Amino acid sequence: MSPEEALSATNVAYVVICAAMVMLMTPGLAFFYGGMVRVKSALNMLMMSFISLGIVSLLWVLYGYSLAFGGTSPVIGNLDFIGLRDISVDQGELVAFIAFQLMFAVLTPALMSGALADRVKFGTWALFVALWVTVVYFPVAHWVWAADEGWLFNQGVIDFAGGTAVHINAGAGALAAVLVVGKRVGFKRDPMRPHNLPMVLLGAALLWFGWFGFNAGSALTTGSGSPAAMMALNTQVATGAAVVGWLVYERLRHGAFTTLGAASGAIAGLVAITPSGANVNPMGAILIGLVAGALCAWAVSWKFKLGFDDSLDVVGVHLVGGVVGTLLVGFLATEGAGFEQFGKQALGAVAVMAYSFVVTYLIAQLLQRTVGFRASEEDETAGLDLAYHAETGYDFSQAGSGTVAGSTVTAPADRAAGQKKVDA
Amino acid sequence: MKLIVAVIKPHQLDEVKEALQAFGVQGLTVTEANGYGRQRGHTEVYRGAEYTVDLVPKVRVEILVEDDDADQLVDVVVKAARTGKIGDGKVWTLPVDTAVRVRTGERGPDAL
Repeated sequence: MSPEEALSATNVAYVVICAAMVMLMTPGLAFFYGGMVRVKSALNMLMMSFISLGIVSLLWVLYGYSLAFGGTSPVIGNLDFIGLRDISVDQGELVAFIAFQLMFAVLTPALMSGALADRVKFGTWALFVALWVTVVYFPVAHWVWAADEGWLFNQGVIDFAGGTAVHINAGAGALAAVLVVGKRVGFKRDPMRPHNLPMVLLGAALLWFGWFGFNAGSALTTGSGSPAAMMALNTQVATGAAVVGWLVYERLRHGAFTTLGAASGAIAGLVAITPSGANVNPMGAILIGLVAGALCAWAVSWKFKLGFDDSLDVVGVHLVGGVVGTLLVGFLATEGAGFEQFGKQALGAVAVMAYSFVVTYLIAQLLQRTVGFRASEEDETAGLDLAYHAETGYDFSQAGSGTVAGSTVTAPADRAAGQKKVDA
Repeated sequence: MKLIVAVIKPHQLDEVKEALQAFGVQGLTVTEANGYGRQRGHTEVYRGAEYTVDLVPKVRVEILVEDDDADQLVDVVVKAARTGKIGDGKVWTLPVDTAVRVRTGERGPDAL
């Protein structure tokens, strides 16, 4: 095996493993969000993320990859690779890249679900995911990542792993969708406490782990000159700093070090370091993390003042964290830092924000006016788990008090026996 | 007969149980309860949003006793449940008409 072949082999293995790690972020996100909502819609919150693993995986292979990475247009790909035709098993590195990028396309729409917690029709959400990745995500991914083709790529915008294409994109889209769908019943009036904070922390931990695949994996290469290792280190350092930043802000402002704050700070740091890659050093990563942690801790209060119900703070964490990271790298980049790079970064952030906001607003309006996006007030108040999933997340009847709980449930076997006689 | 009802802090339950056992009480009933007294509730913070939680978790202990023991047992419960901090709870007694042991059908003080 020649050195080139050996490097190619390790690259394929590396990117495939990183793809699996990024896949884990979507269920991680489901737990992170799921623990934050009330009991009655917990399963719905989990499913809003999980469904993206189903839908977007299909679309990516059918036409998503082609729209994002095909062709030579600066604005959008083409349909040359529809159904991944002409791509064969011999192209290991390309196939690994396609699998890796698939996970990003799955995660990004799922990020928006937190803003719409507890109040949208599940079927419409599934449709929204399909439309949104097609019209918003695939083109924006092309702008930013289609090497030598995408217009933001060619402007020299640094977006290593998705500060603009993933986080600003999802954050701005979330804001637009919230403005169409409206506030939860009881917003600012009823207490809406997270129902399971240990689950939130577990979700944050899974996201943190998977994010090494997301960030360091975006290097796609493993040679000694690869930015992968530095990006892994920066990811850890910035995230730790953001946990500290958020908790300090919270202690000063609200008097407690909360679990939810620690989990949220971690996500804010992960988001903010995402665009940098190895373009900053670990000291720069610390600064990015601290700023993102403290600023996002403040940003999550804006929704109460401005009156938009971004339920689980997708705007406050992903949009604000994404903007912080994308802009700061302009000044902190180890090469070429300064106002010129800052200007490019700002262009990238504003372009993605504007496009995502406008187009998402139109998609959400279209769905609201046709099939209806918002759940009925009755379903929302009673909880979406029963309305759309015919399940409840938890069994609150006490174990052991079988006579009461048991009498209301017919076991599937009993039901079958009641319908037809079973030969013994 | 009297029914002693005590609403106390959950972590004082073991002390109360031990004190009652030492006195010779044969049985009691415990229920998880929520409520507030003069201490009201507490404040919780989630991403900066502060919620006032009115109802505080408590434990409700019920003990059936003979009239003669009632006053002394109330003192036993109060002493065991006391931490001296706000939110220690309350103890009260009610008159009881009758009591029956289900297994044997015994009535009155014999059923205790």
